[in-house]
Amino acid sequence: MNLLIEIIVDAFVVGAIYALGAAGFTIIFGVSGVLNLAHGSIMVAGALVAWYCAVHLGIGIYLGALVGVAASVVTTYLLYWLVITPLNRTRSVDEEERPVFILTATLLVAILMQGVLNYLFGSSPVSTPTLVTGVFHIGQVTVPYSQLLIGIIAWLVIGALWLFIHHTRLGKATLAASMSPTGLAIVGYDIGRIHTMVWGLYGLLAGIAGVLLASFLGASAEIAVGLTANAFIIVVLGGLGNVAGSLASAYIVGTLGTLTAYLLSPSIRELPALLLLVLILYVRPQGLFGRH
Amino acid sequence: MKREFFSWQAAVLFACLVLAIAAPYMFSGYILGVMTMAFYLGVYAMAWDLLFGYVGEVNFGPTFLVGLGAYGAGMSNTLLSLSLWPSIGIGTAAALVGGMLLGGPALRLRGPYFGLVTLAAVLLLDKLIVVFAGYTGGEIGLTVMSFLTISSTGNYYYALGFVVLSAIVLRIVARSSIGLILEASGQDSVATEALGFNVTKFKLLAFAISALFSGFAGALTVFYLGTASPGTVVAVFVTIQIIISTIVGGRRSIIGPIFGAIFLIGAGELLRPIGQLSNAVVAVVALVVLLFAPAGLVGVFRRQRTSD
Repeated sequence: MNLLIEIIVDAFVVGAIYALGAAGFTIIFGVSGVLNLAHGSIMVAGALVAWYCAVHLGIGIYLGALVGVAASVVTTYLLYWLVITPLNRTRSVDEEERPVFILTATLLVAILMQGVLNYLFGSSPVSTPTLVTGVFHIGQVTVPYSQLLIGIIAWLVIGALWLFIHHTRLGKATLAASMSPTGLAIVGYDIGRIHTMVWGLYGLLAGIAGVLLASFLGASAEIAVGLTANAFIIVVLGGLGNVAGSLASAYIVGTLGTLTAYLLSPSIRELPALLLLVLILYVRPQGLFGRH
Repeated sequence: MKREFFSWQAAVLFACLVLAIAAPYMFSGYILGVMTMAFYLGVYAMAWDLLFGYVGEVNFGPTFLVGLGAYGAGMSNTLLSLSLWPSIGIGTAAALVGGMLLGGPALRLRGPYFGLVTLAAVLLLDKLIVVFAGYTGGEIGLTVMSFLTISSTGNYYYALGFVVLSAIVLRIVARSSIGLILEASGQDSVATEALGFNVTKFKLLAFAISALFSGFAGALTVFYLGTASPGTVVAVFVTIQIIISTIVGGRRSIIGPIFGAIFLIGAGELLRPIGQLSNAVVAVVALVVLLFAPAGLVGVFRRQRTSD
């Protein structure tokens, strides 16, 4: 019973963080068609900068988290302006080969960032200080308030994202950009500006997810590839570009991972999700919740 | 494309080959060791180029094939006590069978899904090696009983012979009608199918050839290094080395990836003093090549000729 409660609480928080990270990943794919293999690195960059500011510069976790998220946004824009935009514009790459080149470029950026982050912050995992102190009890299980807060923040951000996309002009334009960029341009929107905004939004989401992750499971440059794979799996299970599907599959992946970690061994946390991914792709290539 | 037998590129290639054959008389054992590793990486990259350069499929799992070859051979040698060449044969066969099992269903998928499945296959293999550490040696690696040869010159010539042989075979495949159909399917698969070619079948054939060479190379690597470990033949980082070699050397050329691999391994050795940052520097170089010279080293040569 205690184990069950622990697993439920853990899965609630992990699922929320995964969902947040994957939401950004799927939005940027939907709008700009980029499968960003540097996704995990951007999350970790935010986490490590937040940790460094909070612990070594002593500016406190709240301010540190803010700087960390800002670092993620800046990194995202560097990726967009220095790598993605030039590759989209260059004429020495054939149109049908562009996605392959961009995919490869983001992989190289991931390696670059891993090297730099390792060099700057060391490769051992770090945990940011908790947001609040204190614990409460469910039955005999002790749950820190900070853990609950992480889950709640993640859900608030997801809620805000939902409101933004469905109830603001700019958000609706974003959704439209993922469906028909040409149509959007015809009704008078500047696609370039939408892209610039969406990349910023993506950096913001990845940064928040990274900082929250670091304060729950810890973070290091070494976990970046695993995080990218995770977001990949979640987004594919949910159907590429489908935000609601991603939320559901984030919980499936999070819960599977947590169950494995508690019942079998923490070292094979990702194994069932990988098996599930291969299985799903063979049976339903459009994802669990995807339309064809 | 005009085909000339006595072009100056052929002369440059021939000079490189002569230099490579003479190398043991000029350089130290250390340099030969570095070159040996670069040659094996070159074969992984050439085999990968057949899919990436010609078909336009990004296989994120070349190390799934290399790893199957390496572990198939290594485990035949240690667990079944088979001798050197039968083990290498089993390893190569394992890569071929594993490649067909993976490629068969995966190549039917469109868009980024093929890349995803292959990436997942590598991550799975990596985890399974750790889970079955009792048979595979886990993270530390599997130490094999046999060696190709213990002399560095001998190992160098094995690798050189292998890389030249692979380059010739792969180049013939790429220049044959099979290669043309593959290239056509990469550029417009619907039009190719409309012409009556079974695109999936040809892609599968390319994948099988790629698996054959990757697995063979992986098996040889194990008997060169003396161990098989996830870090040297399975890790995602090896995949990245393969990708960088191919891009820097020049994709869709088969020969280019060899030079890319020599550049990459050489740069890795030269940059060793700066430690962790060396990978970052290599990644930046590859990014710059990708942005400004997408056809790679070989492409730079080609462009000069056309502008003459």
